[in-house]
Amino acid sequence: MEGCRCLELCLPNLTHIDWLIVLFYLAFVLGVGLLLKFSTKTSSEFFQAGRSLPAWICGLAMVSLSVGAPEFIGMGAWGARFGLQAAQFFGIGSIPAMLFAGLYLMPRYYGSGASTIPGYVGMRFDEKTRRVSAWLFLLMMIFSAGIGLYALDRAAESLQILDRTFIQLGWSHQAIFPVVISLAALLVALYVLLGGLTASIYNQVLQFFVLVAGLLPVVLIGLKGVGGWEGLKTKLPGAHLHEWSGLLHVHGNSMGVGFVGLAIGLGFVLSLGFWGTDFLVLQTAMAADSAESGQRAPIIAALPRLFLPFLLILPGMIAIALPTPHTTTNISVGPDGSIVHNIQVVSAAAEHGKGLVPARSNPNTGEPITNASGEAILDADQATPQLMAHFLPTGALGLALTALLAALMSGLAAHFTAFSAVFTRDVYAQVCKGASDEHLVKVGRIAVLVAALLAIGSAYAALHFGDMLIELELIFSVVNAPMLAILLLGMSWKRTTSTGAFTGLLVGAAAALLHHGLTLATGGQAGLHGGWLSVLHQYPSEIEQNLCGGIAAFVFALIIAMAVSVATASNPEIEPARIVPVSGAGPVQWWKRAETWALLVLLAMIVLNLCFA
Amino acid sequence: MKLDVRLPIGLLFSTLGVILAAFGGATNGNAALYSRSLGFNVNEWSGVAMLVFGLGMFHFGRRAQRRLTPPVEVDRKRHPARGKR
Repeated sequence: MEGCRCLELCLPNLTHIDWLIVLFYLAFVLGVGLLLKFSTKTSSEFFQAGRSLPAWICGLAMVSLSVGAPEFIGMGAWGARFGLQAAQFFGIGSIPAMLFAGLYLMPRYYGSGASTIPGYVGMRFDEKTRRVSAWLFLLMMIFSAGIGLYALDRAAESLQILDRTFIQLGWSHQAIFPVVISLAALLVALYVLLGGLTASIYNQVLQFFVLVAGLLPVVLIGLKGVGGWEGLKTKLPGAHLHEWSGLLHVHGNSMGVGFVGLAIGLGFVLSLGFWGTDFLVLQTAMAADSAESGQRAPIIAALPRLFLPFLLILPGMIAIALPTPHTTTNISVGPDGSIVHNIQVVSAAAEHGKGLVPARSNPNTGEPITNASGEAILDADQATPQLMAHFLPTGALGLALTALLAALMSGLAAHFTAFSAVFTRDVYAQVCKGASDEHLVKVGRIAVLVAALLAIGSAYAALHFGDMLIELELIFSVVNAPMLAILLLGMSWKRTTSTGAFTGLLVGAAAALLHHGLTLATGGQAGLHGGWLSVLHQYPSEIEQNLCGGIAAFVFALIIAMAVSVATASNPEIEPARIVPVSGAGPVQWWKRAETWALLVLLAMIVLNLCFA
Repeated sequence: MKLDVRLPIGLLFSTLGVILAAFGGATNGNAALYSRSLGFNVNEWSGVAMLVFGLGMFHFGRRAQRRLTPPVEVDRKRHPARGKR
């Protein structure tokens, strides 16, 4: 008697227990939204959580929303591609900016009493600048929410979670994308429109802990499987394990990022543009119960953020360090004398991959796609999902999937609340002056739904772009970089006029787009990834290209805003009293001061960087 | 109504912890299931850890909620008196 058992590797069997965990979590998150609906009546409660949250809640929500599905999937991919260097985006790429935003920017935003960042722009400058910044922001929210949805679909497809269900229902495989993204977007929209910003923030805090609980087991077991840190060292190229290796020169490292791009582009323009001017993250700090709490929220968020690379980047590094699976046949003799052929079938894409990271495969033939020199192109986005499927048994796998959903939802909910607040407060309320408070809440709820529908549409745009973190970087360089320029100028230079800021904002955004249209990364094709006008300059990598685009946008916005301000007379309508930061009494004891906390976080960052330099 | 955020976190983690720990306990010794995780009963361990974390959160959340609730009632009683003066 001869038996044959075929096991498909890397295809997780989701059982009832996994679905139980996932569905219980989803029901719970909706329940929180429903429960908070009863205390969400006024527009201040809906858009700003009643400005009543303590600093630690705002801080945890902030770090949670900064890890959306693109980071969950994309940081694993970058870990596989670049190793520890990707941690630059957590260290120098966020910590100094978060501390600066907390210490110096938050007191101004919070103290102004503005409910949104475009609202602050309106106070410092004028209505037309406010309108432009609001529209730019709304566009950015739609595009980056679409990237989040696309990331979720990437994970769902690489884990083949829904394939079996779809086959049973007789639906086409093509339908997975629209079904997954619509379900996710509408579910998040539902709890946000019920409970407003409070529901979003409460769930973000919850989701932060779910993220840690879901990822920690796979990191620990994966690290054990690869032979600990020492094992990782022997199996990875040396540069993968050093955060700073070769970063002083563009061609010295696999990310293709030079020192200027890193220090100014990432360390200043893009990171401060995100943490210091992006209402997406600042909305949580602006919902704090006092100016002091608002100041502390980003500093509290910086500490867990410092340790996130261990949960997000390390899985990618472990996945690529493990042995590559191959199709094997084991012939054994069973206890009853029968011969058992144990065949482990591995797809061609997985066999041509590196470690657990499979090669990108042609969707029609299933054959791996190769580059010009015949090497298979890796599908790095699958690194973290494949590691989860490889090491986690049913149960823990359901928990890890829940963590992925939690990451997606925390980021998406923030996009919806930010879209809704900016649309209602800075666009709708300015057009329909005198609208009642109840009416504004109603408009805010509709705006959440509209944001969800638009995000579903823009997920298709992300589908065509490819690397989601690079697309995010590009969007930041167009919107956040010029915003940062005019906000910093407006805060530090009294003579900045509204016309100057308005022109600077537009010119900066145009400069970033023009830069993208005129440059291309080496090996890239002109089109979506740059060079759509003509190729004047080639960058070693797309990351570097967008970092420099951000610098260009910032510099142009700054110079134009200054030049126009000098040319136009100072605006007499500014009320300086409204834009002076509120410092408050503040605690006297040194260990309670925000500055002390910031210094400690900075020291922790330096120590971690030295350890992994 | 003001909900302390630790209550829902505690509730979710305790429930998920119980589910995972129970499943891990029921499948303890199932070598085929745990060969993936290098023989480590990851369900039981993470279940117990989540249960402990969830109960802790729930405890502190309830304590804070109790402290939060009474002063609100006292305030309501005081207000009319202040109004009469």
